[in-house]
Amino acid sequence: MPSMKVVIDEARCKGCALCTLACPKKLIRMSEKLNRQGFLPAVFPEACNQDCTSCALCAQMCPDVAITVQKEEKGGAQ
Amino acid sequence: MKTVFSRPASLKDVATHFCPGCQHGLIHRLVADAMDHFGVQQQTIGVASVGCSVFLYEYFDIDVVEAPHGRAPAVATGVKRARPESCVFTYQGDGDLAAIGTSEIIHAANRGENFTALFVNNTTYGMTGGQMAPTTLPGQRSLTSPEGRDVALDGYPMRMAEVIAALDGTAYSVRVAVNSPKNILAAGKAIKKAFEYQLENKGFAFVEVLSSCPTNWGMDALAANERVETEMIPYFNLGTFKERS
Repeated sequence: MPSMKVVIDEARCKGCALCTLACPKKLIRMSEKLNRQGFLPAVFPEACNQDCTSCALCAQMCPDVAITVQKEEKGGAQ
Repeated sequence: MKTVFSRPASLKDVATHFCPGCQHGLIHRLVADAMDHFGVQQQTIGVASVGCSVFLYEYFDIDVVEAPHGRAPAVATGVKRARPESCVFTYQGDGDLAAIGTSEIIHAANRGENFTALFVNNTTYGMTGGQMAPTTLPGQRSLTSPEGRDVALDGYPMRMAEVIAALDGTAYSVRVAVNSPKNILAAGKAIKKAFEYQLENKGFAFVEVLSSCPTNWGMDALAANERVETEMIPYFNLGTFKERS
């Protein structure tokens, strides 16, 4: 499994969906399964990893600082 | 893989009590980013207000003084004068700063106190349940203006960034929003600049941040975020109103 560029802390997400608004490629979706807090959290599907540019706008927009973003380093995948 | 975005060190790794979509958490993150940027976490003292921003000490990994309602600028004046080597900021909402604390903020700015004031404007009293604030927009329904704010009866929303900019003691006064990635980046820069003014002893710096309150506006997070753009920004224009070099 490739390491994910966008990691959403599902337990901390309150399901506000503001990150879905920020993503220029609309890669983030809302889950249909409640999290521990009782919210429908945002999810970053594994299939979207390739299209993600690691711009981190989703993380900038998150009011709960629940998103961490990683970028592939130049010179090949790890 | 290289991490390009993670939680700032000055922000504790805890969940907040804020409602879904409330932008207080985001503004906290921008303030923590500024502290990390200047490396002043260990010397920063925050002054919290009364309202949803009351739990500053739970979320920032710094020392925090809790001020009585509206009196954060008076407390910050004392902290900064007693410990001029420290970095001091206040973090207040509109019910706190623009209503009960109007006198304190105006006189602190007019004296040119060398601290940073952060003002979160969401056009309502959030914590107490959505009463009309001095910043509530004309026609806006609230708990205490169920038919909408009537300017003939209740007066007009106060544009605090412009009011503060008009005072000679103010060095920097700006209004920003956090409703889009572009505005968030600009807000982050403005907050950093407000800290820079203090660290360079340039005097009083004021940042008004337009924020949403989905719960008390009776909207979901996306609709509330949209309202900032369509209703708040046209009344509370974004911009820099004073920048003393």
